[in-house]
Amino acid sequence: MMRTRTVDVVIVGGGPGGLAAAQGARQAGAEKVLVLEREDRVGGILNQCLHDGFGLVHYRQALTGPEYAHRARQEALAAGADLVTGAMVTKLTPQRQLTSVTRQGLLTCQAGAVVLATGCRERTRGAIAIPGTRPAGIYTAGTAQNLINTKNLMVGRRVVILGSGDIGLIMARRLTLEGAQVLCVAEQRPLPGGLERNVSQCLYDFSIPLHLSCTVTKIFGAKRLEGVELSQTDPQGRPIPGTGRRMDCDTLLLSVGLIPENEIGAQAGICLDETTNGAVTDPFLQTSVPGIFACGNSRRVMDLADFVTIQGQTAGGNAARFLQGQPLTPMPPETANAMAKGLPQPGVTTCVRCPKGCRVTLTPEGQAEGNDCPKGEEYAKQEATAPRRVLTTTLKIAGGGLLPVRSAAGLPKDRLMQAMEILRRLPPLPSPVALGAAAWKDPFGLGIDLVATGEPAVPR
Amino acid sequence: MQREEHTLDVLILGAGAVGCAAARELSRYQLRIAVVEKEADVAAGTSGRNSAVVHAGFNNRPGSQMARLCVAGNQGFEALCRQLDVPYRKTGKLLVAFDQEDLAVLGRLRDQGEANGCRGLTLLSQDQLREKLPQVGGIGAMYSPETGIFDPFLYTVALAENAVANGVTFHFRCPVTAIQAVPQGWRVTAGGQIFLARCLVNAAGLFSGQIAQMAGVPGYHIYPCRGEYFILDQIADPLLPLPVYPAPRAGAGGLGVHLTPTVHGNILIGPSAEYLDDPTDTASTQEVMDQLFQEAQQLLPVLTRRQIIGAYAGLRPKLAPPGEGGYRDFVIQEDRPGLIDLVGIESPGLTASLPIAREVVGLVARTCDLVPKADFHPQRQGIRRFRDLSPADQAALIAADPDYGEVVCRCQTVTRAELRQAVENPLGVKTLAGIKYRAWATTGRCQGGYCLPKIAQMLVEDYGLAPEEVTYRGPGSPLFTGRVK
Repeated sequence: MMRTRTVDVVIVGGGPGGLAAAQGARQAGAEKVLVLEREDRVGGILNQCLHDGFGLVHYRQALTGPEYAHRARQEALAAGADLVTGAMVTKLTPQRQLTSVTRQGLLTCQAGAVVLATGCRERTRGAIAIPGTRPAGIYTAGTAQNLINTKNLMVGRRVVILGSGDIGLIMARRLTLEGAQVLCVAEQRPLPGGLERNVSQCLYDFSIPLHLSCTVTKIFGAKRLEGVELSQTDPQGRPIPGTGRRMDCDTLLLSVGLIPENEIGAQAGICLDETTNGAVTDPFLQTSVPGIFACGNSRRVMDLADFVTIQGQTAGGNAARFLQGQPLTPMPPETANAMAKGLPQPGVTTCVRCPKGCRVTLTPEGQAEGNDCPKGEEYAKQEATAPRRVLTTTLKIAGGGLLPVRSAAGLPKDRLMQAMEILRRLPPLPSPVALGAAAWKDPFGLGIDLVATGEPAVPR
Repeated sequence: MQREEHTLDVLILGAGAVGCAAARELSRYQLRIAVVEKEADVAAGTSGRNSAVVHAGFNNRPGSQMARLCVAGNQGFEALCRQLDVPYRKTGKLLVAFDQEDLAVLGRLRDQGEANGCRGLTLLSQDQLREKLPQVGGIGAMYSPETGIFDPFLYTVALAENAVANGVTFHFRCPVTAIQAVPQGWRVTAGGQIFLARCLVNAAGLFSGQIAQMAGVPGYHIYPCRGEYFILDQIADPLLPLPVYPAPRAGAGGLGVHLTPTVHGNILIGPSAEYLDDPTDTASTQEVMDQLFQEAQQLLPVLTRRQIIGAYAGLRPKLAPPGEGGYRDFVIQEDRPGLIDLVGIESPGLTASLPIAREVVGLVARTCDLVPKADFHPQRQGIRRFRDLSPADQAALIAADPDYGEVVCRCQTVTRAELRQAVENPLGVKTLAGIKYRAWATTGRCQGGYCLPKIAQMLVEDYGLAPEEVTYRGPGSPLFTGRVK
């Protein structure tokens, strides 16, 4: 069956950018706003990001990925947007006609304005051309995250991670919690690519070695990965010949960069940045094709989902204003990421209670310095005496599927591995519990519940 | 343990293009035929790792089997691909000259090609070359209108599937461990099973020398010669509508680094030529990767490294030793009664595979009576590609099967219905590589980053494989260590 719908604003992609654009478009007065999402649920990559730390800017609160996705979805629905899942957009014309493939047939939309919120993809082994064999056991970090967190498939046991982008760091912790041994994270450049807090909480907390100025120069293993060659790199990131040493491992995760996804936009002829592949927009987030807007990672890969949300709202709002012939609103200034990237400095605690990321030091007398508010002092003191971490993981549901969960409060940092061990001994959950409800009451004997953070990822 | 015994008329060793073509051509007759293959799927060796070009036949010495069978193969290729539902396109090909010496080489090649029976070879001036393909470098060229491109993996799959439909049995993961001459013919041990056959066809490619040796025919030495490739994104159309090769240089083990569009719209860069000892070493190397790109840019200056999405390498099973260079002719002969050796079947072996198979039929006829089957089916139907259909046909397909409305591979627009058909293939192959080449999923710019989890989940949830049983290329290549929990 072929259906054609006339819609005011069509948004391609139902991740944080797309959901915010839907909300923004509705709030700016667009009547029919449609989000086309290829997955069977909206939320995008947030659904597989079990960890917390999202939402500090936009919601002033630390949320896990699924919790953030849930809020974004609720807000889009409350604003009156129509969310269509299982719809893969395959065509877009400069006249803003879209074709998407769904199990119910082809869905064609004539849109008054379009917002591209198509996100990004990971750079692959092929793209960075690592020499060697082509065995099983090489995954991009995000793909491994998807497999482990939503498909219940374990990618390996002895893991080397190339690239210290945030997904690589997050996966180092996630794999460790799930019982794999992360042998090292190798970073080609002299400084880590991810946030300081992730270096600290994903690597240092678990004593995972971080090798800076180091890269993978060869892959070994005919069928399954057997090892990699690690070489030192010069200041430009090029491998130094003769410095290679072999490290045996069965898995290599790649966290070597993200590329804005713009194949749909390119069909309509939008102008792309030659270096980044990002959609080029004016300050109103409009692409080179009138009436087609872009936001979030499809424009430029961003560090925080919060910034994607804020930009999505503007893009959606401008799509509505474009239709109405109203003046467009410039995008909010791209907030410099206050959450520091790179190597944590010894003796300095970067506060994670808000996105400011104050660098707090404690004097020998126990006085906090460098914090803008009392939260920084409190955090630094806790880090110095009894650091705590929110545990995020999944629970198996008896009928199949994984439920994302978090500890309702931080656990003592040194109890995380023990807590995972306790969870491994618990039986599967008889059925999923509602978001926010306790899946297990005080499973660790610490007075802290384990609560559901989202919908279970269920096998088809 | 009781060993399974199979009594056959013909046993084919090796499920590459030549082995599968032989199986298919022999399945026209009332014969009991089986194919044994050490790997988990067809085309696991040279047949699946090459430039995917249907050659015209001008590269080979007049009077050689290579020349004769290549020209014959080229002339029947289009019809064969239509019969077997294999992607094929007659693109033509350009050989580009960069200096006067190259121009002289091209003149000689044209004469050689004409002697071989190639049609339509023309020499182009620089202006004519620019007119044909403005973006290509060079001072002149030879144009070959009969050259084409195809999907060699699907070609081999199609031959094998058609053979199966006509009664041939395939045994994968069955490396040959012993060959014995017995009064009835040959007794072969492979994968722990026993095969008794009146006739053996050695189509073992890189291992054909070893197989001949096991059967008591010493003296064939195969020199593996590695060719590395890059795969570029789907930018061929309109950048590179036809393969562009440099004029061949004397003494090279191959045809020189060239640029080839694929039937899927990608561009291939390669191959290099490097003699090795290990007939399984298909690794890529830093040195060659750097060199490939440089040479490709000489042919097509607009290429950039950001267009690279992958790399692979194949091995040519050469009879010509290092130092000799060039080619030695195909060996297609009955070396012992009922033992047909196919040795040194390197390029243009794919193009020539059907004519080679017909030669094999002639040789088998010396041992077995060939009685044509009345019910031989020459046609084979492949998976219906959603992406290639008109919107109306797409809609009809989804209405008939909603799985056609679920796009799983976003780079190549491959639907769940196509993946299901790929998993349920007639050869019973359940490896990820097998599914990849049949459905063409995971082959795009994200290299499976998006669809691999979905395909893996499908294999586990819908087809009941344990996570550890999901492999890339069969035993020893598991993708997963188990469930997380």
